[in-house]
Amino acid sequence: MSRPGQLNDQTMPALLLVMPALIGLLLFILIPFSTALVLAFTDLRLGSPLAVSFVGFDQFLHLFNDPDFMRALLNNLLFAAVVVPLQTILALALALLLNRGLPGTVAFRTLFFMPVVFPMSLVAVIWSLIYAPGPNGMMNAFLHWASLGHWEARDFLRDPLLAMPAIMLLSIWQGVGFQMVILLAGLQGIPQTLYEAAALDGADRWRQLLHITLPQLRNPLIFVMLVTTILAFRLFDQVQIMTRGGPENATTTVIYETVQAAFARQQVALASAMTVIFFLLVLAVTWLQRRFTHQHREVA
Amino acid sequence: MKHRTGSMLLSYLLLIIITTLFIAPLMMMLLGSFKADHRVLLESGSVAALLPHDLSLQNYSDVFRRSDFMRFFFNSLFITSCIVICGLLVNSLAAYAFARLQWRGRDLLFNLVLALMILPFEAIAVPLFYGASMFGLRDTYSVQILPFIANAFSIYLFYSFFIGMPKELEEAARIDGASTLRIFFSIITPNAKPVFATVAILTFLTWWGSYLWPTMVTIGPAVRPLPLAIASFYTLPPLQWGDILAFGVMMVSPVLLVFVIFQRWFVAGVASSAIKG
Repeated sequence: MSRPGQLNDQTMPALLLVMPALIGLLLFILIPFSTALVLAFTDLRLGSPLAVSFVGFDQFLHLFNDPDFMRALLNNLLFAAVVVPLQTILALALALLLNRGLPGTVAFRTLFFMPVVFPMSLVAVIWSLIYAPGPNGMMNAFLHWASLGHWEARDFLRDPLLAMPAIMLLSIWQGVGFQMVILLAGLQGIPQTLYEAAALDGADRWRQLLHITLPQLRNPLIFVMLVTTILAFRLFDQVQIMTRGGPENATTTVIYETVQAAFARQQVALASAMTVIFFLLVLAVTWLQRRFTHQHREVA
Repeated sequence: MKHRTGSMLLSYLLLIIITTLFIAPLMMMLLGSFKADHRVLLESGSVAALLPHDLSLQNYSDVFRRSDFMRFFFNSLFITSCIVICGLLVNSLAAYAFARLQWRGRDLLFNLVLALMILPFEAIAVPLFYGASMFGLRDTYSVQILPFIANAFSIYLFYSFFIGMPKELEEAARIDGASTLRIFFSIITPNAKPVFATVAILTFLTWWGSYLWPTMVTIGPAVRPLPLAIASFYTLPPLQWGDILAFGVMMVSPVLLVFVIFQRWFVAGVASSAIKG
């Protein structure tokens, strides 16, 4: 119900209110990001005496022929392909267990959510101890016990085959509580009457899960998978602290390579091109999520 | 009836197995922080890692002797508090103007803010880093605070809450001649505590654990925050696991305490941010 007089009245106060936020977003997000978009098409390198020129897609071509960067991209995709389904299934299982209203549920929920408030750098340090080489390391000892003595002690973080799975495991440990809480909230929003109707029709628990719970949980499920996929592309802290991308590039990531290029080698343009590729990945994932979520709303 | 008891027992059994695996790292950290350094790794492969015996506070005093823990703690607290407090003010005011005031250009600007939500920090870290270097801002508090105050996602969360609030009180106040700021602080904020709590918690968690940006912009220990400090304490020779774990316990326990006290808010905050998002 806006009258014309009121419309003019509120323009000044509104501008004053949004100004601090808009200046911040402009200075620290919009301008830096646009700069990266432009620099990605140049050959700027700090400390180089040559004049800067536009080189078109050269930096991108260079990256797609760079085995280190391609390995990083592959590692991120692998991380997403393993962690997203595993963590989501585990989170869903925990949420379903905690949604049964058993006594003590709050205590369990607290425990599973606790690692979420741990900074990733601390998690990486603790897990470095867990992965300690030799039979005394906690993970080695656990696997030795669980395999009834068949497991030979390994140096997880220096083993090209085991380093990535080791980092995946601690990431799941830290992140599953976050997903669980969101799915639990989703579960609690499902009307009880749906289950009662299904029980009357003689549907067993498994069918109820398949035909009521999962479809009703569609949007929260898509959301947690989106967040975890984007986190998989942002992977950096654990890698920097535990393996520095090694051994033999087994754990290098797009962001790790970007920081190396920007920081250690001063390759501004190349790092900007990596930033753009990273952004396109995030954009693609977000677009997929929007698509699937909207489709559902049209159906419902 | 018998079927229900059985499935309940099975649920508990599953929960207990998962819980044990889940808390083993936490228990090892807590108990290890009270054990002599050489015993931490030696016992980590046996049940002894999870049993309390021969505990002492030696590691805790070693942390204070070997590192400037209090400074790092202050740095983290100062940086994160500034981001949270300034962010609550700046973003809620902007969201209010978007949600409630009538002005030209509003929808265009709001769509721009929504579009910015998609940009993770990593997508701007590189140019931001060169900008910070260019203006000589490396190794300062401000470079760790200023870029993160205005936040598109926070604006969106505030907006979603404000848009759902009833308008009657505001309109009455406006007819009485109250200014926009006065309406905001005396009518809106007291009725919007949940969204302020949600944004505060999410912002705090994000920046308290932030590691990438301080790695890039800090040089010495002067303005170094805790996540970076524990990573460098971990590589400080000689490798003394007891000290490292004590550092970790001191680093995380204040947050954990706040988390346990305000648990309902944490959980509700995280969940609500997702359902709206």
